Amino acid sequence: MDSGARGSTRDLRTLVARMRQIVGDGWVYTDAHELRTYESDGLLQYHAVPAAAVLPGSAQETAAVVRACAEAGVPWVARGAGSGLSGGALPVPDGVLIVMSRMKRILDVDLENQRVCVEPGVTNASVSAAVAPGFFYPPDPSSQIVCSIGGNVAENSGGAHCFKYGFTTNYVTGLELVLPDGELVQIGGKALDPPGYDLLGAFVGSEGTLGVATKVWLRIVPSPETVRTLVAFFDSTRDAGQAVSEIVQAGIVPGAIEMMDQLAIEAAEPMARAGFPVGRRAALLVELDGAARECETRFEEVTAICARCGSDDVRVARDSAERDRFWKARKAAFPAMGRISPNYFVQDGVIPRTKLPEVLARIEQLAGEYGLIVANVFHAGDGNLHPLVCFDSMIDGQAQAAEELSGKILEACLAVGGSITGEHGVGVDKKKHMPKMFSEPDLDCFQRLRCAFDPQGLANPTKVMPTPRLCGEVPGPYRQHPLEAAGLAERF
Amino acid sequence: MRPGSIEEASVAMRELGAAGRAMRVRGGGTKRGWTSVACEVELETSGLAEIVEHNEGDFTAVVQAGVRLAAAQAQFARAGQMLALDPPLSGDGGEPAATIGGVVATADSGPLRHRYGGVRDLVLGVTVVLSDGTVAKAGGRVIKNVAGYDLGKLFAGSHGTLGLIASVSLRLHPLPATHATVQAQGDDAAALAGAAARLAALPLEADCLDLSWAGGTGSLLMRYSGPTAAARAGETTVFLGELGLADADVTEDDDALWATQRAAQRRDDGGVVVKVSAPPSQTGAVLAAVEALGGQVVSRPALGLAWVSLAPDDDLGERVERLRAALAGAALTVQDGAAHVAARWPAPAPAALQVMQRIKARFDPARICAPGTFVGGS
Ligand SMILES: Cc1cc2nc3c(=O)[nH]c(=O)nc-3n(C[C@H](O)[C@H](O)[C@H](O)COP(=O)(O)OP(=O)(O)OC[C@H]3O[C@@H](n4cnc5c(N)ncnc54)[C@H](O)[C@@H]3O)c2cc1C
Repeated sequence: MDSGARGSTRDLRTLVARMRQIVGDGWVYTDAHELRTYESDGLLQYHAVPAAAVLPGSAQETAAVVRACAEAGVPWVARGAGSGLSGGALPVPDGVLIVMSRMKRILDVDLENQRVCVEPGVTNASVSAAVAPGFFYPPDPSSQIVCSIGGNVAENSGGAHCFKYGFTTNYVTGLELVLPDGELVQIGGKALDPPGYDLLGAFVGSEGTLGVATKVWLRIVPSPETVRTLVAFFDSTRDAGQAVSEIVQAGIVPGAIEMMDQLAIEAAEPMARAGFPVGRRAALLVELDGAARECETRFEEVTAICARCGSDDVRVARDSAERDRFWKARKAAFPAMGRISPNYFVQDGVIPRTKLPEVLARIEQLAGEYGLIVANVFHAGDGNLHPLVCFDSMIDGQAQAAEELSGKILEACLAVGGSITGEHGVGVDKKKHMPKMFSEPDLDCFQRLRCAFDPQGLANPTKVMPTPRLCGEVPGPYRQHPLEAAGLAERF
Repeated sequence: MRPGSIEEASVAMRELGAAGRAMRVRGGGTKRGWTSVACEVELETSGLAEIVEHNEGDFTAVVQAGVRLAAAQAQFARAGQMLALDPPLSGDGGEPAATIGGVVATADSGPLRHRYGGVRDLVLGVTVVLSDGTVAKAGGRVIKNVAGYDLGKLFAGSHGTLGLIASVSLRLHPLPATHATVQAQGDDAAALAGAAARLAALPLEADCLDLSWAGGTGSLLMRYSGPTAAARAGETTVFLGELGLADADVTEDDDALWATQRAAQRRDDGGVVVKVSAPPSQTGAVLAAVEALGGQVVSRPALGLAWVSLAPDDDLGERVERLRAALAGAALTVQDGAAHVAARWPAPAPAALQVMQRIKARFDPARICAPGTFVGGS
């Protein structure tokens, strides 16, 4: 939006001085070389320099910083670890970047209630580490060693285990928030179902547009008794997809069920050395976890289903070292792409699981049309595709062609009733695709929520919505309803 | 008023909004006792009664608000599937009239919440109609999706105060073919609650874990499903024995047991049902408070949720307040019998209430949607 109309340089100088008072001189950065670290998040093709980056050390400081921004009319963006893949933490030029990385204390580990309370800068992996071995925190994005719980909350992050266990939103029981006007508010806590509207549900996944999370209460769960892992190889992704369907139809809920296509196997194997046979069309990694007895019985069923669906090569991990190798192959697929292609985009689309063969065929056709290579890795249980679109930015026009092809893949997902993002969020990168998934009234309805939290439009203003929107006044002065006049009810 | 389509509902809502006429949505009419506030107009959802999609291979469905939950379950069951939501379907043990829309709008839940989560965890998307006639959708029809705000969660449990939930898309689960339930009795509430807490801390992957307590005695019930259900239930009896609950037994013919647990969440005789939401470690305190008050309770100890049921009495309002005082820190909401109690809702934090009021003002600018039925007095 028009940054010119928002605070002049002089106003910004006043704001910076005020922020220095709030957090201390050392925690406000304004020099170009200091700000460079914060120009991009994990999606490096976007970059912008904020006017200042501020690192609050507490919820109160965060609230004071946000209030100062609100009073100065200066937009701000919260940033966790900056691992986001949709440009969500991309700074607003001339705005303030509020970096949560100093707030990384684990405040309370309450195993009796199966809750953990953390500051937002705590990494995802350290939550599970804090409650091991009896318990764990299930949402496990591949970036879990670096990404922050605050970022997870904002993106509603998932991971390989979310088909069975659910996403961040299913684990957040409480939040302390700084609202865009600088007010500090707690919603929920250790108990489920706090009274009133489900503000937790509204906030999780809101991509930093409704406020800053300064404290997060998370539910943890008992660690499974057993984990059994296998990988099965197939002659076609269709057969592998059929196996996925039959496993789910049999009432089996695998902890994880991941698929790689031929190109992904070929790229990953030299790096992971898991012994995956190069040349096979599909690999299906299935992991069952849970109660030992149930797991054993179900594991035999899964093995039989894979064989029945055409796999002549089912390998069961004999020990945890072998299990780790299988996972290494799956997780190597992303970085390994770097070996076979100078550049690549990671796409994130979702389809109904049964449409897998159709959509994969369409992706292959599109790749052919564009003369580009697309490898596929996906969370097969929930239909979340991660096509890796390979290109060489040194070849004129290829980056643009790859970007266009990536967009076409999303359209293919939408054509079968899917979604433009399963876990990476809309951010700045996908806002142009929002109107393909949502109508104007749908977007207007989203905006109502945003305006309820942020009528000034200062919280991460250039994200999620395809076009900038202002918040109108709430229609009319507050009218008392006759029921209220009669003393029968108040307010709502 | 009974719109036969979402378009008709939109016209109706717009006209009501323009005229400023207070309206309330009526689904199966099974929770009329949950509010004592009358509205000028009732908008019935019985004309929005289509199961729009049942995508068997994808374990998803799109269902209009007026579809009865029982009817939807019957259809899903034919494909070996279920919506993992099992709230009580009627208030009086009569016809199972509860509709999908009503269950979502009240975020009601039953024993299956232990494993599968509540309404908020199973709704993938919504189509809503606002009081200015706007028809909007949010979420999607796939089980994983983070595009746009999750308005499905905002509307779930909003008690019709933000607008009409016209249809929802849902995640389904496999319908287990076999079940087995362990049941143990006891007359020491603290011991029962303690045993439940021990079970909840183990990776047992049970479908349900309930307690019930009334008149100095109670029971613990744990239900397993799947091919090894009976064997796992057997192992649990041994564990319970070690915890001092000696004569736990296992039954595979357990539907009636769980129907009783669900039914105990409701009351239509002039008494009151209070939903208690607390940290799980409070379960023992909840049972003790109920014992002191002379009521009965169904508790989901791993969730920290309980439904306290008080028989008709002259001072129900005062007894609810005593319960609130005994369980300070827990949130107590009156469900059945709201007319007998002055304060139906617990007070949310003032700052949170302000956000809720701002949401209400944006979504229902005409302020016609069930005024007076929600939190904050409200
Ligand atoms: C190699 C790699 C693998 C990945 N794998 C996965 C995966 O498997 N699954 C998955 O879901 N994602 C994955 N991601 C994406 C990313 O890690 C997640 O989106 C993560 O949650 C971002 O956390 P962050 O702390 O880095 O947030 P950032 O990138 O810093 O910020 C992300 C968004 O959160 C907002 N935000 C940050 N902190 C707060 C706060 N305290 N309050 C309010 N808003 C806040 C920001 O404004 C921004 O909009 C991956 C990323 C990488 C680089």
